[in-house]
Amino acid sequence: MTLTVNDLRVHYRTLRGEVRALDGVGFDLADGEILGLAGESGCGKTTLGKSLIRLDGRMRHAGGTVTLDGDELPLSDDRAMNAYRFHKISLVPQYSMSALNPTRRIGRMIRELLASRGVSVDTGELHRRLALVGLDPDVLERYPIELSGGMKQRAVMVISTLLDPSVLIADEVTSALDVSNQQAVVGALRGLRDKGLVTSMIFVTHDLGLTSHIADSIMVMYAGKLAEKAPTKVLTTEPRHPYTKMLIGSLPQVGARYKDKPLSGIEGSPPSLLNPPAGCRFRDRCPLADSRCAEEPPVVEVAPRHSVACWKAA
Amino acid sequence: MRRYFARKLLIYALTFVAAVTVNWMIPRFMPGDPVAAMVARARVSQPEAAEAMRSYYNNLFGFDEPLWQQYLHFWGALLQGDFGISIFVFPTPVGDVLLDALPYTLGLMIPSVLLSWFVGNWIGALSARRKVLDNTVLPVGYLLTAMPYMWIAVILAWAFGANAGWFPISGGYSLDITPGWSTAFVLDALHHWVLPFLSLFLVALGGWAIGMRNMIIYELESDYSSYLAALGAPQRLIRRYAFRNAVLPQVTGLALQLGVLVAGALVTEIVFAYPGLGSLILASIQNQDFFLLQGAFLFIVIGVLIANFLIDIVYVVVDPRTRTGMAGGTS
Repeated sequence: MTLTVNDLRVHYRTLRGEVRALDGVGFDLADGEILGLAGESGCGKTTLGKSLIRLDGRMRHAGGTVTLDGDELPLSDDRAMNAYRFHKISLVPQYSMSALNPTRRIGRMIRELLASRGVSVDTGELHRRLALVGLDPDVLERYPIELSGGMKQRAVMVISTLLDPSVLIADEVTSALDVSNQQAVVGALRGLRDKGLVTSMIFVTHDLGLTSHIADSIMVMYAGKLAEKAPTKVLTTEPRHPYTKMLIGSLPQVGARYKDKPLSGIEGSPPSLLNPPAGCRFRDRCPLADSRCAEEPPVVEVAPRHSVACWKAA
Repeated sequence: MRRYFARKLLIYALTFVAAVTVNWMIPRFMPGDPVAAMVARARVSQPEAAEAMRSYYNNLFGFDEPLWQQYLHFWGALLQGDFGISIFVFPTPVGDVLLDALPYTLGLMIPSVLLSWFVGNWIGALSARRKVLDNTVLPVGYLLTAMPYMWIAVILAWAFGANAGWFPISGGYSLDITPGWSTAFVLDALHHWVLPFLSLFLVALGGWAIGMRNMIIYELESDYSSYLAALGAPQRLIRRYAFRNAVLPQVTGLALQLGVLVAGALVTEIVFAYPGLGSLILASIQNQDFFLLQGAFLFIVIGVLIANFLIDIVYVVVDPRTRTGMAGGTS
């Protein structure tokens, strides 16, 4: 087991109180697994991705543990986490387009970054990895502004995986790309895993359709909690949680005519996480909700590797 | 690259022409008549004699020509390095008067501008994200930058000159020494230089420190800083990058501030009766000395333009993004 997350709670400190963005999430990530992390904006998926590598100034580790390759990660100790960052756990950020220092040539930035981590650059290996994502070695002599958005994204992918991390967090990496670039990026990410440059991967996205192309299993989150986690095929064909069902139902299909049957969305919006209501957090929007849902549903393994947090799923 | 600089030079040339034209216009459209003042100073009682003097001076300074001809003559003379003859210290050529004053102004301006910029950036960068230092640098910086030049000059003159008696409070050198390259004179001039320098230095220092502090915080919050931090890069590297990028707007700020800094230097010179361009400008306005005023403004315009051009070059060297813009870009 590469990564074990147990009841992780991360809160945002705000002037009005603590926002419970991540309110007790647990899951396992196996060796070689690509986990798709899906959900709408504000469900806590990015917070989860960030918590695993670096809490920013507003975030507070409120409870739970994360174990990586047998070591418990010191999440709230920024200095101690440095030993794990980049070497063991790495990140392709949401903001890849602006992740590179604009006034340094990319090659020089890589050299300085690696030197600061006490690693020397293997130029041949670096060139080989650039070629793997379809980049010319001469991007190393360029400034970020001279690269297109897609090229910057791929350069960041190469940099983030240079030290062969155990876990790579790819946070919304495809959000800003067009469809053909999305395919290229997804293909490149899977290539990194297949060649063993990255052991396992967490692919954070709001695009359930795209996730199903890359992920081995998918975890759907809702309002800071796990809703459903299952192997990709199971989750897309026989979802159990009403939220997952509605999420899949609201995906447009190519070639379908929506004139007769309008595309259904999910009515309403998620609850505020400043003071979340007790019980199932989806119940205000759920068509199946009844009195039992006022009680919080536990995460139950309904089938092997298929967990659901819903009273109606069993 | 060549095209870029050619275009820049053209812009500077146009600015120069416009500035010189305005310089020429301002004193001429100022109320008052300098020749009348000179005649009055001569205290001639006979009207004919006064009239003769008036026409002599008008002819000498070219005021009897139509304005457009005066303008053309002015350019012709200017291009030959002839700024005319001073009315205030008649009959010394304006060029000589200005060249005597120039070293004092440059000696005051260049060190105070550069030192305040470097030291201010350094203090600002140090204080960003360090609570204790920040809590002192910020208020002190605001206090300094909010002080008018002449006010801080007066305070310094009062504290270190009049009260403590450490430094002389007026003049560029002692009256009993002849200006020259002797050790005694240089030391004496330095002694007189300290207070005007300090007042310019301190006011500018606060502004640069605050600007740099804010820029560094902005850069430390930027995406490339978070990315480096997520990859576990040490603070040293992140701060180095942030500093490098935060300096860029400060370089631009220096170019924008130059005019203000020059104005500050002029006021400071007047407070300390420092024998530079500022004191000359004051004297030439009081005496309606067109030529001296024009000449002094011209020197300032040339100085600011040269400084701006140098900053343009520096910017191209330090920011790769401007270079790609010139080459047409490849992305």
